[in-house]
Amino acid sequence: MVRPSTEEELSEIIRGANGPLHIRGGGTRALRRVAGEVLETGGLSGISLYEPGALTLVVKAGTPLAEVDTALAAERQRLAFEVPDLRGLLGRAGASTIGGVVATNASGPRRIQGCACRDNLIGVRLVDGAGIILKNGGRVMKNVTGYDLVKLMAGAQGTLGVLTEVAFKLQAVPEAEATVVLPVADSAAAVAMLSRALGSPYDLSGAAYDGRVLLRVEGMAGSVAYRSAALSALIGGDIVTAADSAAIWAGIRDVAAFAGRVGAIWRVSVKPTDGPVLLAALGAHVDRVMDWGGGLVWLLVPGGDDAVRIRGLVNRLGGHATLMRGPADVPAFHPETAPIAALSQALRAQFDPRGILNPGLMGGDVAPASPTTVTS
Amino acid sequence: MEMPKPDPFVLSSKARIVAGLRTLLPADAVIDDALETKAYECDGLAAYRCTPLAVVLPRTTDEVAAVLKFCHAMNVPVVPRGSGTSLAGGAMPTADCVVLGVGRMNAVLDTDYDNRLIRVQTGRTNLSVTGAVEQDGFFYAPDPSSQLACAIAGNIAMNSGGAHCLKYGVTTNNLLGVKLVLMDGTVMDIGGGHLDAPGLDLLGIICGSEGQLGVVTEATLRILAKPEGARPILLGFDANEVAGACVSDIIKAGILPVAIEFMDRPCIRTCEEYAHAGYPDCEALLIVEVEGSPAEIDEQLAHIKTIAARHNPTAMRESTSEDETKRIWLGRKSAFSAIGRIADYMCLDGTIPVSSLPFVLRRIAELGDVYGLKVANVFHAGDGNMHPLIMFDANKAGDLEKCEALGADILRLCVEVGGCLTGEHGVGVEKRDLMGAQFNPDDMEAQLRVKDVFDPKWLLNPAKVFPLDVTASRRSAA
Repeated sequence: MVRPSTEEELSEIIRGANGPLHIRGGGTRALRRVAGEVLETGGLSGISLYEPGALTLVVKAGTPLAEVDTALAAERQRLAFEVPDLRGLLGRAGASTIGGVVATNASGPRRIQGCACRDNLIGVRLVDGAGIILKNGGRVMKNVTGYDLVKLMAGAQGTLGVLTEVAFKLQAVPEAEATVVLPVADSAAAVAMLSRALGSPYDLSGAAYDGRVLLRVEGMAGSVAYRSAALSALIGGDIVTAADSAAIWAGIRDVAAFAGRVGAIWRVSVKPTDGPVLLAALGAHVDRVMDWGGGLVWLLVPGGDDAVRIRGLVNRLGGHATLMRGPADVPAFHPETAPIAALSQALRAQFDPRGILNPGLMGGDVAPASPTTVTS
Repeated sequence: MEMPKPDPFVLSSKARIVAGLRTLLPADAVIDDALETKAYECDGLAAYRCTPLAVVLPRTTDEVAAVLKFCHAMNVPVVPRGSGTSLAGGAMPTADCVVLGVGRMNAVLDTDYDNRLIRVQTGRTNLSVTGAVEQDGFFYAPDPSSQLACAIAGNIAMNSGGAHCLKYGVTTNNLLGVKLVLMDGTVMDIGGGHLDAPGLDLLGIICGSEGQLGVVTEATLRILAKPEGARPILLGFDANEVAGACVSDIIKAGILPVAIEFMDRPCIRTCEEYAHAGYPDCEALLIVEVEGSPAEIDEQLAHIKTIAARHNPTAMRESTSEDETKRIWLGRKSAFSAIGRIADYMCLDGTIPVSSLPFVLRRIAELGDVYGLKVANVFHAGDGNMHPLIMFDANKAGDLEKCEALGADILRLCVEVGGCLTGEHGVGVEKRDLMGAQFNPDDMEAQLRVKDVFDPKWLLNPAKVFPLDVTASRRSAA
C-alpha cells in the first residue's frame, strides 16, 4: 500500500508505478476491488479554503466527508447534493472521503433540483496516469473557460486520474423543511402523483416512493408551510416536519430499507414514468425504493440471477442499471453503446496511457496488457 | 486578431467541394455565392469578419452527418453555427471553412410533462423552447440576454447562462441528452430522459466545448414548472463595496433568490435613459428577484429588506406590479443595447469570487483611467459573473486596440483574484490568446487531448479556444 501526503509525492508514485493501482479513499463506495497496489488518498487531507460568504469550499480529496460536513454545519451550510451513505447497503466500514464522493458522482434525493454532485463541483486538481499534475475549473460559480474537465472527472471512478483537491459551491441550510407522506400501494399510481407534484409550482427538493409517496419542500418557514399544505391538498397525505422529515430523507438517500437484506441490489436510472413499467415487468418478488420522481429505482432481487433480464428491460426503456451488490461475474456497470465505449476508451488512453488507474473498474474497457481480477 | 492562413489547397478546391456538398444536400441548402456567404462573415463579435468558403444549412441529422463525413474526407475545416449571436467569435468563419448552420433544424420533437423534459432540434431558439411549453405552465430555465435569437445549439456549445441561473443553473445543469455527430460522420445518442449515466460524463464535456468536439443536432432539455409568481426589489447603495457586502449577506442567509443583478452608476444612468425603469440614481444598484406565491414573495422580500437595511441603502423599492417588474428587467436586459446607443463597446465576461467584488471594481476603474476609457459594469452578482462594458470609438484610430488591451488586463485581473476569463460567453477567438493566463501548458494540453479523441484531424472549429501557437502542430497535421 502507498499513501502519498502531497500532490508531488503522488505524482512520483504514479510515474514510478509498474503495475495497476487500486485507488482508495475510504473504501465505502467502490463497487469492485481492482487487482493492484492499493493507493490510499487519506494523506491528502484538509480544507484548503472555506468562504461562507461566497458559498465556496476547496478541500483536499482525501478529507473525510464527516470533517467536511462538520465544518459546513458550523456555518449552517451544506453540500446541496445530499451525499448517500452506502455503508449499510454495501456492508462496508470505514469513513467516506470527499474524493470518493466525487469519483462516484454520489448524488442524493435533491438530484431532481439539478443538484447532482457533478452540478455542484466547480474545480478539480488531479494527477493523471502519466503522473502529470492537472487542474481544471476553479473556485467560482460560473466558468466556461476551456473544456469542462471538472464534469469529466466527476463519476470517472479514478480511471482518468487521482483527484487531489476538489472545489464545490455550497448551499445555505434552509430555515425549514416538510414532507408530505401518503401511503400508496401501486407504483404506477405513486409515480403519477410524483409527476403531478413535480409539475406543480411548489419547487420540490425530494420526490420519492417506498410504499409511501414522499414529497419534500425546503425554504423559509412560511413558504414551507404554504407549499406543503398545497401539496397535501393536491394529492392528499399527512405533513411531517423538521427532524422527522429529515429522517425520512436520510433513509431514502441511503436506501436504508435494503440494508442488511439478502439479494442483489441494483440501481436503475430510467425516465420517471418508465420506473413502474420496469417494476411491472420484473414481478412481485422484487422489492423497490424509488427516488428522483420515480426515475431512480433501487431494486432488491432475492435470487440475484435476473441480470440479463434487468439489463434487457432497461435497454429497451432507455437508461442504465448498475449492479451495486451481487454476483461477481456480472459486470457492475451497464454496457455502453459502441460509439460511447469507443470515445470513453480513447479518453482513458489519453489520460492514463499505461492503463494503470483502477483498470477494469468501470467494466468493458480494460486497458491492454493490464490483466485484472475482479472480485466483489 | 490573428487567424490561421487559409489552406490554399482547400481554397483552390472550392468548386469541387461545393459540387460535392450539392450531391449531399438539396439545392437551397448549399450557399457558395460570394454575396450570400457574406451574411455569415461574423457573429456577435462583429469587429472581426471573414467570408467562409461555403455555407450549408442542413435539415436533418443525416444531412449533417453526410456533410461532416465529406468534409472530413476532404480535410475541410467546419465551423458550426447556431444563430450567430456569440459574443466571443465562436461562430466566426475562416476563408477555407464550411459554415454548418443548424438554423433550419428547429422542430420540437417531443414534449413530456410527466417526465419534465422537451426534445428539440438544436436550431430552435432558446426563448421558443419556453414558448413551446409555457401555455402548460412550464419553462426552460437558462435565459441568456440574447434568448430571443440565440439557438440551443449555441447555448450547448458555450454552456450559456443568464440572469436566472443563480437558482436554476446554466445549460449544463439543464441538459439531459444530445444527439451528437462527430467530425467523421458518426452519429451517437448520449444521455436522454434518464439521469446521470455511469461511465465518463461525455455530456458534461460536450456542453461548453464550443463546437470543437461534434455537432449537436438534437437535445433533451429539462423543463420546470413555472413558479406562481416572481417579483424583484431594487436596492440602491452609495458605494460598490456596500452593495457587494449586501450580496454576500443575502446569499449567506439561505434565501435563494432566482437572480441578483448588479449595476454601477454609468450603467444605471444609461439604462434608465433607455428603458425608463425608474432606477434610483446611485453608485450601485442591485436587482434581487424572488419567486413563489404572493405570500412567499412577501416573506422573502421582507427578509431581504431586513438584511439590506443593515447596509444603509439609499433606495429600497419593491416592484408592485407586473408592468413594473417587466420594466425593471427590460432595463437590465437591454443594458448592452443601451450602452450601444452611446458608444461602441466590448463586453467582458470574467467571473470572480464574490468576496473580491469591491477590489476588482476599484481596480477596473483605475485601469480604465490608465487607458482613458470608460467602463460600465453590469453583472450577475450572486455568482460573481461580471460583464464590464468597455466603451470606445470604433472610428477613432487605435481605440479598438486600446479597448482590447484594457479588456485583457481586466480578465487577467479576474484570474489573479481566483476567477476565470469567461463565465458564460465562451472563449471563442476573443479570449483565445489569454488562455495561458489561466492554464499552464499541462492543463491546456489535457484539453487538447480531449479534442484529439473526438476530432483527431482537428477540423471542427479548429482556430478557436486555444492559442494558435499551442494548436499549430495539431492543425497542420490534418
